[in-house]
Amino acid sequence: MGSSPPPRPPHGSNKPALSLHVPEPHFRPGDPVDFSFIEVSKPGAQPRPDEACEAAETGPLTTDLVRVLGDDNQAHGPWDPKLDPETLRDMLRHMALVRAFDERMYRGQRQGKTSFYMKCTGEEATSVAAAMALASDDMVFPSYRQQGILIARGYPLVEMINQIYSNRGDKLKGRQLPIMYSSRAHSFFTISGNLATQLPQAVGWAMASAIRHDSRIAAAWVGEGSTAENDFHAACTFAAVYNAPVIFNVVNNQWAISSFSGFAGSERTTFAARAVGYGIAGLRVDGNDPLAVYAAEQWAANRARANAGPTIIEHFTYRAEGHSTSDDPSQYRSAQEREEWPLGDPVDRLKKHLIAIGEWSEEQQEAMDLACAEQVKAATKDAEKNGILGHGLHHPFHTMFEDVFEELPWHLEEQAAQAIRERKIKWPE
Amino acid sequence: MARMSADLTEDDIPVSQLEASSRRMNMIEAINDALDIMLSHDPSVIVMGEDVGYFGGVFRATAGLQAKYGKTRVFDTPISECGIIGAAVGMGAYGLRPVPEIQFADYIYPGIDQLISEAARLRYRSAGEFIAPLTVRSPFGGGIFGGQTHSQSPEAIFTHVAGLKTVIPATPRDAKGLLIAAIEDNDPVIFFEPKRIYNGPFSGYYDKPVEPWKNHPDSEVPEGYYRIPLGKARVARSGDAMTILTYGTMVHVAQAVCQAKGVDAEILDLRTLVPLDVEAVENSVQKTGKCLVVHEATRTSGFGAELAALVQERCFYHLEAPVERVTGFDTPYPHSLEWAYFPGPVRIGDAIDKLLEA
Repeated sequence: MGSSPPPRPPHGSNKPALSLHVPEPHFRPGDPVDFSFIEVSKPGAQPRPDEACEAAETGPLTTDLVRVLGDDNQAHGPWDPKLDPETLRDMLRHMALVRAFDERMYRGQRQGKTSFYMKCTGEEATSVAAAMALASDDMVFPSYRQQGILIARGYPLVEMINQIYSNRGDKLKGRQLPIMYSSRAHSFFTISGNLATQLPQAVGWAMASAIRHDSRIAAAWVGEGSTAENDFHAACTFAAVYNAPVIFNVVNNQWAISSFSGFAGSERTTFAARAVGYGIAGLRVDGNDPLAVYAAEQWAANRARANAGPTIIEHFTYRAEGHSTSDDPSQYRSAQEREEWPLGDPVDRLKKHLIAIGEWSEEQQEAMDLACAEQVKAATKDAEKNGILGHGLHHPFHTMFEDVFEELPWHLEEQAAQAIRERKIKWPE
Repeated sequence: MARMSADLTEDDIPVSQLEASSRRMNMIEAINDALDIMLSHDPSVIVMGEDVGYFGGVFRATAGLQAKYGKTRVFDTPISECGIIGAAVGMGAYGLRPVPEIQFADYIYPGIDQLISEAARLRYRSAGEFIAPLTVRSPFGGGIFGGQTHSQSPEAIFTHVAGLKTVIPATPRDAKGLLIAAIEDNDPVIFFEPKRIYNGPFSGYYDKPVEPWKNHPDSEVPEGYYRIPLGKARVARSGDAMTILTYGTMVHVAQAVCQAKGVDAEILDLRTLVPLDVEAVENSVQKTGKCLVVHEATRTSGFGAELAALVQERCFYHLEAPVERVTGFDTPYPHSLEWAYFPGPVRIGDAIDKLLEA
C-alpha cells in the first residue's frame, strides 16, 4: 500500500513549493517568429585549432558557431576549406539533386506509389558536404535523413527509388521501410529504424579499423533528439575510452517530429558541449553553411586518421519540412519559422558564393536544376518498371524467410511452405 | 592455455579414460580452451567485456588470454552492455568476429536493443550485405545464492527473437565444441553458460557435497579444435519410461532424480534452443509416449511452453499423458529462499510420479 506524502509544514517555511519545468518551444502555430535569441556568430571569426590538439582546446568551439560564408557570399577565416570551383560546383549539384529527388519522392508518396518518405530540405549540406570531406571508403553510419551521402557517393538514383517503392528491383528485397537504404559497396551502413543504435556500432567499426591498423575511419549521423538515447552515452564513452577514429555528426535541426530540441536538453547547453564531459573534441557549426560543414568534417576526419581521437560535430540547422510524410508540421510549430530561420538555405548560400566568386550564374543554376529534375524523372521511370508498392511486382514469397539466418532452419522452412499455401488461396493464379 | 584444474593431476584419472588426445577439464577450463583455440586460429576473433582482460573475468573464463594474445584482441570494456553489444555489431560489420562477454545474463538488458533490433536483424534488413557474426557469452542461472540480479535464466527472451540462435551447454565437452561452433557461426549466437555447473555437475541436492567435474565422463575434453554442431541435441540418458526435455544445469538435476528414483527416463539435453533439434524431440517422445519439460527459468511464456506446444502438435497421437512442465516459479529469483524456488528433485520427482501414474 502506498503511503500519502508527509504534509507540508503549514507555517514558518519560506521555501517555494517545487515546480516542474516542462520545456515549451518559442513558437506554436500562428505565432509570429523572432529568432533574434539565436546567437549568429561572425563568419571567419572562430579559431581553427590544430587537428591533433587536446580535446579541451575545442571547448570554446562547442558553444560558438563555426561559420565560413558571410552575408557578402564570400568565404572567411581559418575554417575556409579553400575548395576549387569544380569541387564547389559538384557540391552544389549534389545538394540540388538531393532536393530534386526529395521533391519527386514526396510527390510519389502522395500519389500512392509508396508508403512513406522523408525529405531533408534545408539540411542537405550536413550530409553532402560532410560526405565529400570524407574518403569514399570511410564507413558511414547514417540515420534516416542522410540521402545526401548516397548521392554524393554516386549511388544510382534508380536503386534508391527501387528501395523506396519496395519493388522487385529493390536489392533489400522489400524488407525495409522506404529510405532505410544499405550499400556496402558505397561504405554506407544499413539504416536502422531504431534511433541512435548506429552510434556504438560506428565506434565498434572504428575500433576494428584501429585494431587492424587500417586507415579508414567511421562517421555516424544522429538527430539532436536521439542524443537522449542511452546509445549516445555508450558510444561517447567507448569512443573516448578507446580513442576511436570516429566522428559523431549531431544534426540539430531543432525538431524531433513535434518535440523541439528542448526535450533533448537544448535549453541548458549545446549538443556539441556534450563532448566536453567525455573529453572528446567538439565543434558546433553552421549546418546551413556547406563550407563550414565541409571544413569541420575534414578537421575531424584528419584528427581521427592521425590517431588523435573522436569528434562530436553539432550541425546547427533547421528542418524546413515535416519529419516525414506522416506528420503535418503546421499542427505543432509556426509556419513562419522556415522563412525566418537566420542561417538561410544551404543550396542558396553555396549558389550565391559560386556566383560571387565568378564561377557560376543564375542561368547555369536554372539549367542545373532542370537537369536534376530530368535525371530524377528518368530514374523514377526506370524504377517504376520494377513496380511500385502494393502492385504485385514484389520479391517472391520465399524471400520473406531468407536472410533471417545464413541457412534456413526447419521451422522457417515449414513457415515458408505455409506462406506459399496461403498465397494459393488468397491470390489464385 | 587451458590448464588442468588445480586439484586434478594425471594420477587421479583412471588409465582407461585417459585418451592421448583428451584432457580433464571443468566447464570454465573448457570455455577458456575454446576461446584460446579460436583466438589462435582466427585473427578476426576478439574477446571483450567487463573485467575479461588483465583479470581474466570474474569467473576466470578468459584467464591468461590477454597475456597471450595482446590487449587489442582481449580487452576490458566500460560497464555498458549497450556499448559492448553495439560495438561488437560494428566490429562484425567491419569483418571481425567478436566474442563479447556479458558478466551476468541478468546484466544483458541494457544491451537488448542492440541484440534484438540490430544484431538479429542486420542480415535480413541489408539482404545479406552486413552480418553480425558475434557470440555473446554470458553466465546464467541460479543456485549460487546470487539473488535476483545474478541468477536469472532469460533464454526465452532471446528464443523469441527472429534471427538469434540460443545455445546452452551442459558439459565441459559440449561447452568447448559448441562455443567453437558458435564463434564460427555467421549468425549472432547467445551462448548462456550455466554457472552453477562451471565447477561440477550439480545434482540438485543442494545439501550434499559438490561433485567436481573430474568424476564425470563428459569432463574428458578432446584436445585442440573440434565443433559440436548447433541444432543437434544429445541423449544424456537413454530410456523408455518417458522423455525429459531439458538443458543446462537441469540436465544433471534430472539425471540425479532419475537415478535416485530408479526411473528409466530418456533425458534429452537440447544444447541449442534455436534452432531446435525437433527431430530428436519427436523421435524420443514418439518412443516413450510421455514428456516432461524441465527448465530453471520462470514458467509463464518460458521455453518450456514452446516445447510443450511442439510436442502436442507433432506427437499428439503418441502421447499417453499430458505434457508436464517443471520450471522456476513466476517470481524474481529470491536470495534466502533460493532452494525453495529452484526446480529441484522434489518438483521434478512429483512430475515424474504423475507421468508414471498416468
